[in-house]
Amino acid sequence: MMNRTKVIHYVNQFFGQIGGEDKAGIPPQIKEGPVGVGKLIQEASGGQFEIVRTILCGDNYAAEHLEEVGQIVLKWVEEVKPDLFIAGPAFAAGRYGMACAVLCMGVQKNLSIPVLTAMHANNPGVDSARKDIYIIETGDSTREMKMVIPKMVGLAKKMLGDISIGTPQEEGYLTRGIRINVRAEKRGSRRAVEMLLKKLKGEPFETELPLPQFDRVVPAPPIADLSKAVIALVTEGGIVPKGNPDRIEAHNASKYCKYFIGNASDLTGEDYQTAHGGYDPVYANEDPDRVLPLDAARLLEKEGAFARLYDHYYVTVGNVTAVASAVRYGREIGELLLKEGVHGVILTST
Amino acid sequence: MMDELLLRKVRIEEVMFGEKSEVVNHILRINCEELTRYLQEDQRLRSVEIKIARPGEKKRIIPVKDVLEPRAKPEGTSTTFPGFLGTAEPVGTGITYVFDRVAVVTCGKLVNFQEGLIDMTGPGAEFSLFSKKLNVVLVMKPLENLGKHEHEEAVRVAGVKAAHYLGLTATRSPYDTETEFQVATGPELGDIYRGLPKVIYIDMVIAQGLLHDNYIYGMNAQGSLPVFLSPTELMDGAIVSGNCAAPCHKNTTYHQQNNPIVEDLLSEHGKSLCLVGIIAMPVRTALMDKERTCTQVLKMVRFLGIQGAIVSEDGGGNPEADLMMLARLFEKEGIKTILVTDEYAGRDGASQGLADVTPEADAIVTNGNGNQYVTLPPMEETIGHLEAIEVITGGHAGSLRSDGSIEMEIAGIMGSTVEVGSENLKTIAV
Repeated sequence: MMNRTKVIHYVNQFFGQIGGEDKAGIPPQIKEGPVGVGKLIQEASGGQFEIVRTILCGDNYAAEHLEEVGQIVLKWVEEVKPDLFIAGPAFAAGRYGMACAVLCMGVQKNLSIPVLTAMHANNPGVDSARKDIYIIETGDSTREMKMVIPKMVGLAKKMLGDISIGTPQEEGYLTRGIRINVRAEKRGSRRAVEMLLKKLKGEPFETELPLPQFDRVVPAPPIADLSKAVIALVTEGGIVPKGNPDRIEAHNASKYCKYFIGNASDLTGEDYQTAHGGYDPVYANEDPDRVLPLDAARLLEKEGAFARLYDHYYVTVGNVTAVASAVRYGREIGELLLKEGVHGVILTST
Repeated sequence: MMDELLLRKVRIEEVMFGEKSEVVNHILRINCEELTRYLQEDQRLRSVEIKIARPGEKKRIIPVKDVLEPRAKPEGTSTTFPGFLGTAEPVGTGITYVFDRVAVVTCGKLVNFQEGLIDMTGPGAEFSLFSKKLNVVLVMKPLENLGKHEHEEAVRVAGVKAAHYLGLTATRSPYDTETEFQVATGPELGDIYRGLPKVIYIDMVIAQGLLHDNYIYGMNAQGSLPVFLSPTELMDGAIVSGNCAAPCHKNTTYHQQNNPIVEDLLSEHGKSLCLVGIIAMPVRTALMDKERTCTQVLKMVRFLGIQGAIVSEDGGGNPEADLMMLARLFEKEGIKTILVTDEYAGRDGASQGLADVTPEADAIVTNGNGNQYVTLPPMEETIGHLEAIEVITGGHAGSLRSDGSIEMEIAGIMGSTVEVGSENLKTIAV
């Protein structure tokens, strides 16, 4: 009898066959053996993989308690000492994808067990994890399940067998953005001439180095008369009222918030804290003005440098935040401030 | 009758020292004493030692400043390497003799950190076309206390002189192949190749100071606006490199004489495109200089009615601003543009490999990641100074191990990711 590969599989409430959005708040739980997709994975492996344990968790619960869920999952994985940890596929489901990505990274980092997940390229789980783990690319619908599973199994077998892993195109994983040197059939100059000929003829061509495209925001014209301007404070540094009442996430924040500061002239560690998971919080917690400079702004207001400080501030956490979310928050906050009669913003970053 | 250049190649199978500089049965004999004496006419050089390094020999050449191919024209006509030797009048017509498979390598005491390494065997040899050449290496000692600029100039000129001296030997030798290159005027090109897309090659040349300079017709490109050249001028040594950027992506004089983009465009010339010419574009550091040269290039290209362009980078970092600026200007003008570059993507390959990007740069050829880390085994002989590995680009303190082997980034290997695309290294994303 061949040695079967012990696998632990992570799924959300839906794929765990517990329920839909109404059950998204359930905390992590264990089912020994495969559930739903897990059975497909076993079949596709030709019986080589044995899902010994399935870990289930509601999407909302995972999104809101990611750190806690991470710890629980680590414990439950360590108990079994599997050969492989699989999460998902999550397709386009954002909260699910984020959980799959973060849990895979945690298991790989802390337990050195190979991990694999699958999701759509635009899933917010991708950005933070693609450099560290293999993510099989999927479409946005579960209808693709039958195509995705064999790719996951194929790549997993290579990872476990220590067989060299092919290119993203060959294996179906999302590029990790790691560039390796290889030998081309033709020298660089020849490739350039051939690319030029295609481009001249209007035929499709493929650049060898796709570039990240950064949005360049055109700076607004300066404020003509600062002494008449209403100025607002905005930060991505995660300064929130003590206790983080709206639970802005420590990374890849799903929201931004607005808080009243109309009657305050100084932020203290007693009433405020940072919710940001991307920098040393000690100094910000000691004196939150270091990130959201209310004390200095009040001083300038008093000196008449500008007319008035806007009586609320906007905050989010800019930490492995998907660029798409950041663009949306920026646009929305800007529109709100304009509507609220603000002329200028001091935007602090960490 | 249209002007032409006849490029006559003398195939060399072995190089050795002899009583007279001559070729007998494809064996190049060099009168070492005569050549040394000629080079030492330059009083700034205390000594010149000539060494030979052949493919497969367990030899390591370091620190290398430049590599040149021996080329000369029959006496009484114009001279290769114009502006250095002979007059600065236009070259690119008549007859030019070449020693095929031979290269002159300038070496000796380090001028500055940007000098490189050539291994004649082993894994390092796979990264450089110079490892496959019969190399005539000039190991030069400058006068004590010679300033860096004078030192650099002395060794650069010595390389040019040696390449020309050997080239003259070639002119006295029977040649094996002859290739004819037509040198057409603008109207001739328009008449003959009507209907084919007009293409230009933009050859960026760094012009940024010590060991970051190039010379066009003998003139430091620092003081120059873009210069229009024909392919055959490049073959005759119109551009001499005094540039070492990083060894992996410095375009040496050899790369310019044998510019593969020119060669590969010429192979399509008259078939699928019309190569109108080359613009050598100086690359300066300040933004205003970059804007000045790039817009001057655009002006020339518009005047010429160009439809397609290949732009090759020289060096890395700030030249990427020029590269992207050209892509932006050209594409907005409707000129289809290909950029040829390399990357510094980090040893793990995870970093963004270029210092500047623009959405118009949608067609890029990459010649590899210069940060790839390699271990090169010890060699039996070092030509030059092995300890230089600890300070040159690509090396680091601790690069040289006690057994003589070396750990380094391929950034230190001459031409390993050269941005005119002479090699076949590239990157893929995984």
